[in-house]
Amino acid sequence: MKERLIQLEVMRYNPDTDTAAHFQRYEVSCPEEGVVLDALNKIKETIDPTLNYRWSCHMAVCGSCGMMINGEPKLSCHAFLREYAGVIRVEPLAHFPIERDLVTAPDDFIEKLKRVKPYLIPKEPKPISAGEYLQTPAQLKRYHQYTLCINCMLCYAACPEYGLTPKFIGPAAIALAHRYNQDSRDGGRDERQEIIASAEGVWECTFVGACSEVCPAHVDPASALQQVKIASSIDWFKEHLLPGGGK
Amino acid sequence: MAKSNKPIIWFPFAAGGTVIAFFIPVIVLLTLLAALGHVPAGLDYASMHALADSGLGKLLIFGVIALSLWSSAHRLRCTCYDFGLRADKLVANVLYLAAAAGSIAAAVYLLRI
Repeated sequence: MKERLIQLEVMRYNPDTDTAAHFQRYEVSCPEEGVVLDALNKIKETIDPTLNYRWSCHMAVCGSCGMMINGEPKLSCHAFLREYAGVIRVEPLAHFPIERDLVTAPDDFIEKLKRVKPYLIPKEPKPISAGEYLQTPAQLKRYHQYTLCINCMLCYAACPEYGLTPKFIGPAAIALAHRYNQDSRDGGRDERQEIIASAEGVWECTFVGACSEVCPAHVDPASALQQVKIASSIDWFKEHLLPGGGK
Repeated sequence: MAKSNKPIIWFPFAAGGTVIAFFIPVIVLLTLLAALGHVPAGLDYASMHALADSGLGKLLIFGVIALSLWSSAHRLRCTCYDFGLRADKLVANVLYLAAAAGSIAAAVYLLRI
């Protein structure tokens, strides 16, 4: 395997000793077909065991290793070294507080995710003896793409609106709410609308579309948010213009 | 948490965006052709005047102009916010008033035909 000398400029921050974050330069030899995560692992194993970052699966399914690579939110296990020339700048995910080095605190996203109730809320209780829920391929297609979200938060790091207005519920959480709203087995849309059709919900989105560009699972959260806007607008006109709120 | 009243602004914005995407490039092209002296058949002054003279024609022309103006005003408001201009209320008032003034002017001109 052909090796290449990789130069990385990694953001470092130790809350116990540092007052501000700074960059540290590393040089490490890596196989040409490797990824940025391989380079970080080699640094940690051979040069600097104090370097902190999150990772788990190394195959773009767990969503733990998101970081800014040359200013772009990427999974470091999916950022191929061959696509970068010169010094590669690695920073923690934008818009999240830094805990240590490349590790950020995801609490804000987790809290928002909980608020949108991203799980099936059945319309009515159904005993197991009543059998399974059946779904047609067309019903599955309405939400399937949105099930592929891996909660990696790259869309939050890419979203300028979330950067400007941190109370914005944001792309992944709204796309997941939409995933359950679109599911024929679900009856929880009214509860979720209270959150996602509020001022800090979908209406903070100005359709920049960066969320869909950076999504490593090709979920297209921007499309989910536009569909939520149309559905929420129809709700609003029904509630305000039809007698009885259109119920 | 209360549901937002944003649909009043967003729905005409979305409708205007669709109108802009479908109509405006064609209108720009046809206007350019007309300006260069190549008026496409069926779009000569007499037939365009007849369109603007009919009730349905007036409604159609007004719809295209008013929705496009509203959509552009709202898009510009969001762009201002994204570029860091945080006087959102002022920006919104100026832009929406401009769109409303343009729409009223269009209605007045159409009704005079």
